[in-house]
Amino acid sequence: MNKRIIYELKGMYRDSFRVTGYEYGTGEETVCIAGSSRGNEVQQVYCCSLLIKKFKQLENEGRIKEGHKILVIPSINPYSMNIQKRFWPTDNTDINRMFPGYGLGETTQRIADGVFKEISGYKYGIQFTSFYMPGDFMPHIRIMDEGFSKTSTAEQFGLPYVVIRKVRPYDTATLNYNWQVWDTQAFSLYTTTTSKIDQNGAGQAVLSVMNFLAAQGIIKYSVPQLIKTKVVNDTDMVSVRTSEAGVFEPLIKAGGKAITGQPLANILNPYEAEIIETLYSPVDANVFFIHNEPLTYANTAVIKLVQ
Amino acid sequence: MVETVTSVGLPIDEMLEIRKNRIMPENPSGSLKRISIVTGIHGDELEGQYVCFELQRRIMQEKENLTGIVDIYPAMNPLGIDSITRGIPAFDLDMNRLFPGNIDGNMTEYLAAGIIEDVSGSDCVLDIHASNIYLTEIPQIRINELYEEQLVPLAMETNIDFIWVHGTSTVLESTFAYSLNSTGTPVLVVEMGVGMRITKDYGEQLVDGIFNLMGKMGIWKGSTKEVKKPVISRNPDDVIYLNAGTGGLFIPAVKHGGKLRKGGLIGWITDPLRGEVLDEVKAPADGMLFTIREYPVVDEGSLMGRLLRKEACGYE
Repeated sequence: MNKRIIYELKGMYRDSFRVTGYEYGTGEETVCIAGSSRGNEVQQVYCCSLLIKKFKQLENEGRIKEGHKILVIPSINPYSMNIQKRFWPTDNTDINRMFPGYGLGETTQRIADGVFKEISGYKYGIQFTSFYMPGDFMPHIRIMDEGFSKTSTAEQFGLPYVVIRKVRPYDTATLNYNWQVWDTQAFSLYTTTTSKIDQNGAGQAVLSVMNFLAAQGIIKYSVPQLIKTKVVNDTDMVSVRTSEAGVFEPLIKAGGKAITGQPLANILNPYEAEIIETLYSPVDANVFFIHNEPLTYANTAVIKLVQ
Repeated sequence: MVETVTSVGLPIDEMLEIRKNRIMPENPSGSLKRISIVTGIHGDELEGQYVCFELQRRIMQEKENLTGIVDIYPAMNPLGIDSITRGIPAFDLDMNRLFPGNIDGNMTEYLAAGIIEDVSGSDCVLDIHASNIYLTEIPQIRINELYEEQLVPLAMETNIDFIWVHGTSTVLESTFAYSLNSTGTPVLVVEMGVGMRITKDYGEQLVDGIFNLMGKMGIWKGSTKEVKKPVISRNPDDVIYLNAGTGGLFIPAVKHGGKLRKGGLIGWITDPLRGEVLDEVKAPADGMLFTIREYPVVDEGSLMGRLLRKEACGYE
């Protein structure tokens, strides 16, 4: 294992901003795994830390195959994590909207550029990332519909779902999108949580990466019998929306099966505890995403279902 | 008349309403032209607030001269303005990356779609911004090159100092201005002053320009002031970006709008802990400094200013 600083920026009153990488194996730049790019992506750092530990063990046991280099960057944004702020401390910009970066540009453009220069040559890129809405997910791999990442390759993670995302204009500055522009097959890995650690979810994410690396012949690892991955387009998901705002009372969990007409959540009057709205399942489906904050806004997709 | 453009319930005993004030002529007749003044998409940019106030104050003094419709939308992001937040609080989303929105989408997309629906069809829209809290700008209008032909003539009437025709970018396709321009409603994006403050002189200057534009559009028949002839930049190489070579505390030596010689001092980046000058920020070419750093604390790479080359400014 080679631990080294990928990118460094001097702070005025703070310790230097450092992006640290862990390298395993030698040879072709085969897989790069990136962790948190936002300050609240704690689960994402945690997943990377488990991978770093696992790869150390695999390397010691000679189970990383010859000719393959693996790079893990647990956090691209430790400054924001240390002050518990999602975006960049001074100007609130999102590093994951700055790729491929610009070395002579503004601070987060420089960080993106410095990191991207180190990670853009890899054959595969895996990014642990998060959704902007608070909620619990079914673990899944997300790929862009305009890229050349293959669904068949994404299925090798063995997670319950692969989601094909229709590219929106703001996606074009993400790491995932730009990896693909530079010929890296990119996969965004969504684990169960973001700002809280879910050990089971993290364990599942780590095993999914192991499944993928084994399927690609990068590590020696006996892959268990995998469940059948379902491939869905994000535009095909069925959103269940609130029409009222109030206290959100979920009646089902992510991963649960719902039948048509089943109550999925209640919205309560925050002062009087009366139910002001009940959200019902419009179809027979699995719960892919569910809001996990105590309050909800109106006109909000609090539940997403996959048929 | 104050109208609600779109609204949504908040969880605890509050409605989020986006409102506009429609000012009609005293005796409307026939097909009326319509101008819309939009501001507050970024909650920490307040320069447009004064423009909304002053424009209406002056219209009301001579209401008999109003011959078209003036729609004032002062607060596209009311929660942001109330909480000194650039984006939409709770979501930490830049509202100007949500357009055209989606009437069937989540709360923020729903609001954006309602705004677009209401503003669409205006004969001209001014979307007033104030740079941000980090930078101060001279009054300028920024125009996507795709819509240059239609928008530059309108911008010329608005009494601003500078028109910056810039290249297209996929990310900008989700802005308010792009969404409307691409569907045939002309939008001029004004940038002036600085975040969290009001620069009264700039507000007065733009209001003079809006009256002139309204006059040209047939919305105002009262007297108007002669407007400035702005500098126009169409070449990307005209604009030089100045980024901090090191982090520290920036002490400016000049003001924005200043004409500088190559090598002229713009300011110092200092280290207050040791009392040292870490770097001098200098003009890399002759030109006009149309943007300067306002917020003193800088990281390496922070934008310190923008310089428009002398050749583009056209001064001797």
